[in-house]
Amino acid sequence: MSAALEPEVGAATAEEPATGSRAWRFVRRNPTIVVGGLILALVLGAALAAPLLAPIDPLEINVLVRLQGPSAEHPFGTDHLGRDIWSRTVHGGKVSLLVGASVAVISSALGLFIGLVAGYITIVDRIVMRIMDGLMSIPSILLAIALMALAGSSIGNVIFAITVSEVPRVTRLVRGIVLSVREEPFIEAAVASGTRTFWIIVRHILPMTVAPLIVQATYVSAAAIISEAYLSFLGAGTPPEVPSWGNVVAEGRDFFPIAPWLILVPSAFLAMTVLAVNMLGDGLRDTLDPRIARRM
Amino acid sequence: MHPTVFSRSLLAASVLALAGSAATQVQADPKVLKVIPYADLKIVDPIWTTATITTHHGFMIYDTLIAQDENFQVQPQMLEGWKASDDKMTWTFTLRDGLKFHDGAPVRSADCIASIKRWAERDLGGQLLISRTESLEAVDDKTFVLKLNKPFGQVLETLGKISSNILFIMPERIASTSSAEQIKETIGSGPYRFVREEWVPGSKAVYAKFEDYVPRSEPPSMLAGGKVVKVDRVEWYYVPNKSTAMAALNAGEYDFYEAPSIDLLPMVQSNPNITVKVLNPVGLQVAMRPNTVIPPFDNVKARQALQYIVDQSEYMTAMVGNPDFWRACPSLFWCDSPVMTSAGGGERLLTKDLDKAKALLAESGYKGEKVVLMDPTDHPTHAAALLTAANLRKIGMNVEVQAMDWATLTSRRKSKNPADEGGWNVFHTRFGGDASSNPITHLGTNTGCDKAWFGWPCDAEAEKLKEAWVDELDDAKRKDVLDRYHTRLMEVAPFTPVGQYAIPSAYSNKLEGVLRTPTMVLWNISKKE
Amino acid sequence: MLTYVIRRLISTIPVLVVVALFVFLLLHLGPGDPAAIIAGDFATPEHIAQIRAKLGLDRPLHVQFFEWAGRLVQGDLGVSIFSNVPVATLIHQRLEPTLTMTVTTILFAVAVAIPSGVIAAWRRGRLADRVVMVLAVTGFSLPVFVLGYVLIYLLSIKAGMFPVQGYVPLKEGVWACLRSLALPSMSLGLVLVALIARMTRASMVEVLNQDYIRTARAKGLAPSPILIIHALKNAGIPIVTTVGLAVAVLIGGVVVTESVFAIPGIGRLTVEAILQKDYPVIQGVILVFSFVYVLVNLLIDMSYGLFDPRIRYDG
Repeated sequence: MSAALEPEVGAATAEEPATGSRAWRFVRRNPTIVVGGLILALVLGAALAAPLLAPIDPLEINVLVRLQGPSAEHPFGTDHLGRDIWSRTVHGGKVSLLVGASVAVISSALGLFIGLVAGYITIVDRIVMRIMDGLMSIPSILLAIALMALAGSSIGNVIFAITVSEVPRVTRLVRGIVLSVREEPFIEAAVASGTRTFWIIVRHILPMTVAPLIVQATYVSAAAIISEAYLSFLGAGTPPEVPSWGNVVAEGRDFFPIAPWLILVPSAFLAMTVLAVNMLGDGLRDTLDPRIARRM
Repeated sequence: MHPTVFSRSLLAASVLALAGSAATQVQADPKVLKVIPYADLKIVDPIWTTATITTHHGFMIYDTLIAQDENFQVQPQMLEGWKASDDKMTWTFTLRDGLKFHDGAPVRSADCIASIKRWAERDLGGQLLISRTESLEAVDDKTFVLKLNKPFGQVLETLGKISSNILFIMPERIASTSSAEQIKETIGSGPYRFVREEWVPGSKAVYAKFEDYVPRSEPPSMLAGGKVVKVDRVEWYYVPNKSTAMAALNAGEYDFYEAPSIDLLPMVQSNPNITVKVLNPVGLQVAMRPNTVIPPFDNVKARQALQYIVDQSEYMTAMVGNPDFWRACPSLFWCDSPVMTSAGGGERLLTKDLDKAKALLAESGYKGEKVVLMDPTDHPTHAAALLTAANLRKIGMNVEVQAMDWATLTSRRKSKNPADEGGWNVFHTRFGGDASSNPITHLGTNTGCDKAWFGWPCDAEAEKLKEAWVDELDDAKRKDVLDRYHTRLMEVAPFTPVGQYAIPSAYSNKLEGVLRTPTMVLWNISKKE
Repeated sequence: MLTYVIRRLISTIPVLVVVALFVFLLLHLGPGDPAAIIAGDFATPEHIAQIRAKLGLDRPLHVQFFEWAGRLVQGDLGVSIFSNVPVATLIHQRLEPTLTMTVTTILFAVAVAIPSGVIAAWRRGRLADRVVMVLAVTGFSLPVFVLGYVLIYLLSIKAGMFPVQGYVPLKEGVWACLRSLALPSMSLGLVLVALIARMTRASMVEVLNQDYIRTARAKGLAPSPILIIHALKNAGIPIVTTVGLAVAVLIGGVVVTESVFAIPGIGRLTVEAILQKDYPVIQGVILVFSFVYVLVNLLIDMSYGLFDPRIRYDG
């Protein structure tokens, strides 16, 4: 689906072909990565296999069966338009995963670029960091709502709006790393030996940012999944024709005392997915970034 | 928690238990009425905006010259009475004694004239009246005279109209504000005063009894008769989520909920402390509105096709649910009103005939161009939009559903641009049943081209028939003109009705004297301890 | 110290200018016309155009911006174009619910999180530690509205223990007010509990690893309260930083929580203003939010001195 998800899915599937003892050692050492990865693989698999798992069209309106409780035909009931909640939930996973992954990748790429440039060029740093401070001081959900009001409702715009509010955090992280690394002796040595700045950044500084960036990207994608749900819940997110977990909850909120499944089913999926991503993040942090891991 | 309450809730008689436990947590003050109106009061000028919530506010703090009773007959309210000359061209109006504004000043003819003029700048009926007015002048502080230059059969009905904009009487200095600008003071002569210091836009509005108000002696009848206030204060609370609002009413946190969700009524129907009743004698007409100035719906055949894709019961089930509260209606006008007619094949509005729709669409020359359907996701017509999208696709239209909030829709609908340059092809809206009960005030049937409502249907013949209906004073002939007008409208297809429904209110049994009115009014209500 | 504070305050001005300009452009470039919303559903196009003109919305953007900025410098945030009520009054009216909710949420979070974090650190690697950490990750992953609706359904609708929605002002009784805030604070506080508990545990682990405490534990000393408090004080800076960061996280959650529980606070004011395009209100509220954010950061920096006297604030 995207680069950000690869290490996670890879981590989850890596155990299968390996010999029993090695695989078991990996599981023992990284229980959070394995559990998180497995859950995520399940959600991703369900989303990709949605047409098979939930053959009823999530958009199909049938007012004759509106607001029905769980039944054989509709295992998680129907909403006020008679749409199947199981279908809407399974298909909704696609939106959440797409938003989570895209925001993680785009904001990491942008944050990396801006952070590297800002960390290395002082004039750029002053201007860019003022703008980043300004963006960061606006509560991200309000910033995203305002951006959505400007851009209009679409999945692309949701990704854009959440990315804008996440980029400053990534930029800060990268810039912090650059500022601390550039004082290191081996960089000074490289500068003294006449290596061009571009190559110093690419060869020496960039690799230092990879591990923390992957960890950060995982957390960003968890935050993005929640943000998408909040935006849709507040009526400023994914177009309501598209079933996303936030939308299903938002449409269900007006009926929840008589039809609690409308909120509970998508919420459970949402919480489980975010939990899995966060567990992955914790696990990756512990393995990739021993410096932080020692403290936790 | 109280032991009996606890055991009862264990029995899952949750509704009863809630009412029981709630009584201990909310101090029920018999002199304060806690109300959840259907929307938030954002604007306090009932002429500046047509929003219904502001009309509710208007009936709290302002009074009207003329009001309509439960038989929709005009009755004097602030007026002592009126006299018309034999040719009905000169009307003399006299104010009754003891009328005062909230600042203590007496109500004078000059205040009424200024209020009429400001109102007539905005209101469609008012504009028509003023266009036929020779002069409107005060004779003395209590008497003023209206002279017409062209016959107008609806003078009293227009001055006493019950849908926005309503002619509320304000002091002359306030009424002389431009009608494009919001008034700055909230002073009327109505039965309640607005407690401005306690107003929290977005959350709360407070009204106090106006002690100097002199009600009429007749018993109340809809908006006419004596407006006797039997509580000290009324507090409006805005609760945006319908399910929490309903649960709060059920728990006794509020006394009156104007417009609960019909789907949630089962929550309170088993609660013996709550009454559910339709108080509004008219409801809402839901309409599918095509844009007649750009393709494909600039073609009349394509618009007629829309009349064949609608099964009103499907729309009403999706939007409203419980069939006790809606009906399918074979007329462009409000069913149950004097102007209801299905002349010209209104029955086709009731059932789907997709083959006929496809044929008409083909005749219109439609070739799969993109059709933009605006879908307001925070508005009750959201469900109708989704259904129409599905139905249009079934007849082979290339529909693009554009989701937006109602606020964005209200500004997008102004655009006459092609659909991919910020324009639109179709959206849904709701017309007040009272406005839809009168060809003059029905926005959907106005075919006055640029002067018509968004969608700008343009048909001179229909407009001529409407004028003829207004001018005709003989009842039998009027009916005939009306049928011809409706037949023409069915051909022009300026909009397609998808059903009409009533909105029930739910309130505590402690309340007595709740009136049936087209807008929420809160006089005559007393609250038992 | 004072020069430090002043310098820090001055350095926030460019940030606020960026925010002001950004928000202004954002709103005015967006679609949606407040005049159409004001006029109502049944208004004619011509009326809407008149209202636009009266509100001055048809003037060039830069004229509107400088007029707004000019009044802003004098401390005037303008008036709502809907209600005609001054923006400062609107914010003032909404301040109490949001502030009390924020305070009860932070108190609730700190009261639950710090003991949990301490216990987890003390029993590092044991069951108690695992349980706390799993709960923390879960709490961090649960969207506010999920917990909010579950709590409303179970504790308000089914059990009738708390009001379903709404806010009771402090002046109508502290107890009633706290009751109305109980569920919102719990829903909103869970994320903070998770955040603070994790950070408390991490800092405590570091302090507990220091030699003097290891020695004490090796000698078989039971975890005395004095020791814990001592250790906690040393772990203070990261914890305070986290609480401060949490305020920023909170502001986002406040918006959703206020919407779930129908609390008339600043968050709902902002969302409603954005959806209605009430420009002066949005601009005012977002500026206030940014200012609070900047102020909280300053307070965090200053509080470091309380925990570590070695830190000085020289100009």
